Amino acid sequence: MPPSRRTLPTAFVLGAVITAIFLALALASFFWTPYDVTKLAVMQRMKLPTNLHWLGTDNMGRDMLSMIMVGTRTSIAVALVAVGVGVGLGLPLGLLAASRHGSLLDEAVMRSNDLVFAFPSLVIAILITAAFGPSAFNAILAIGIFNIPVFARLSRGAALSLWQLDYVRFAQTAGKSALRISVEHILPNILNVLIVQMTIQFSLGILAESGLSYIGLGVQPPTPSLGRMLADNRTLTALAPHLTLIPGMAIVLIVLGLNLLGDGLRDLTDPKLRGRT
Amino acid sequence: MLAFLTARLLTMIASLLVASLAIFVMLDLVPGDPASLMLGLNATPEALNALRQELGLDGPWPQRYLEWIAGLLRGDFGVSYTYRVPVTGLIVERLAISLPLAIYALGLTIVLAFPVGLIAAASRKTWGDVTIMGLTQLGIAVPNFWFAIQLQVLFALVLRWLPAGSFPGWEAGLLPALGALTLPAFALALPQASILARVMRSSVLETMHQDYMRSARAKGLSRAGTLVKHGLRNAMIPVLTIIGLQFAFLLAGAIIIENVFYLSGLGNLVFKAISQRDLIVVRACVMVLVFAVIAVNTVVDLAYGLVDPRLRRR
Repeated sequence: MPPSRRTLPTAFVLGAVITAIFLALALASFFWTPYDVTKLAVMQRMKLPTNLHWLGTDNMGRDMLSMIMVGTRTSIAVALVAVGVGVGLGLPLGLLAASRHGSLLDEAVMRSNDLVFAFPSLVIAILITAAFGPSAFNAILAIGIFNIPVFARLSRGAALSLWQLDYVRFAQTAGKSALRISVEHILPNILNVLIVQMTIQFSLGILAESGLSYIGLGVQPPTPSLGRMLADNRTLTALAPHLTLIPGMAIVLIVLGLNLLGDGLRDLTDPKLRGRT
Repeated sequence: MLAFLTARLLTMIASLLVASLAIFVMLDLVPGDPASLMLGLNATPEALNALRQELGLDGPWPQRYLEWIAGLLRGDFGVSYTYRVPVTGLIVERLAISLPLAIYALGLTIVLAFPVGLIAAASRKTWGDVTIMGLTQLGIAVPNFWFAIQLQVLFALVLRWLPAGSFPGWEAGLLPALGALTLPAFALALPQASILARVMRSSVLETMHQDYMRSARAKGLSRAGTLVKHGLRNAMIPVLTIIGLQFAFLLAGAIIIENVFYLSGLGNLVFKAISQRDLIVVRACVMVLVFAVIAVNTVVDLAYGLVDPRLRRR
């Protein structure tokens, strides 16, 4: 069958567009927001959406659109750094374990992975907060630690099958070190699964941040984050539903966008899945 | 089977020991002096000394760790610093809410996900399948505590069908108690059911293409008969794995949902303990949660052995 020109799947495009919109909002908030989020205007509190305030105002009279922009920036930053922690530590550990498959080191890496898997990120956050107090940094740390075994296990598994391949064997016989083989031959070939997992952990990080900030173990006031906005306005939901509906929808859209993007990327990069839904 | 069972139980005990050591290190060694952390900056030296003595902080840490473990084995979690009562009683009291909530949510998850996943798999590539998959994508993206807030407003404040919060206690009768847990359980179950339905669908699709399925059809079994008799059992392995993981998420997630519905479960206990710096209670709660995760994983592994005899020989 001749290769047909494939159009990009709708879900993937939708995911990419949603993600791009929120990234743009978050980046724009560095330079400009419709209103200053540090200024309180109590007379203007809990207003429904109007021409002046497109998404209304919150319980302190702050512009909701501006809050969403800055909040999205915080939430994305927390989730992104947590993914960075997970990849930064998990990937080298996974590659190292795969390059010495069956060794004591491999066993140690895998068993410590199992250990961290027994601690849901919320439980890690509880431990860290009990010892050091609540902060955005500790939330990042908690989500990041939870991400480490995810990436270690994934990269080890993907790398193990590559180590069996002829060209890696040849490189070994040619005298290349395990480190060079891992970086030059293994890493480029597991990059696509890594990127897919990164979008998934990114979206899970957004959810985890919102949950941790909601119960007060994450981002602290006055810094806005999507989870904090929900916590701040929670008791007013019955009076002014838009106060929790809007930040909640923002979280749903970001996570949905990232998940669609991740699924789309996996379908595009995994030849086995091509043609299947 | 006996060797498999013993091996799994030994692994479980080893995991529990290492996890307990990690918790001990985090809460007893990392803060430096737990006594001064618990009492805050204004503590008098006498009060500090008294607490150190009470907590047994004079001894070397391996001894303290072993004493803690010995206590755990006897079911003794120590005495709460703020409540001044044995922590075991506190935890049992709180688990009477959190555990049924997690189990209720897990039940709902399975009841929602199985038929939805099966229907999607059976109607693959039709509009029904596409709609179900779209809805589950949405379900995964919804933060459960936010969904809980919206459910609470709609069903408790506007429609007044179910209570908005607080728990009447099991002694108030089964129906009022379950009624109080229904909204929280639904909020917890929705995202997990979405995940499970997707896993169910792809797992069933995977098995449908196996040779033994074709043979079963060839010998005259109906489509539905093949699916139920040969497909489901083989499709259960990934589904079981996810259910095991989900129970841990549900129990931990219940901690946040309890906050929305003012339920005094384990979550309420641990958050109060964090703000009051009652490390004894925090340590006990975390140990209970981690124990639950490890125990469930072990049960899932054992369940594999039951579902698939091939996996016993690993």
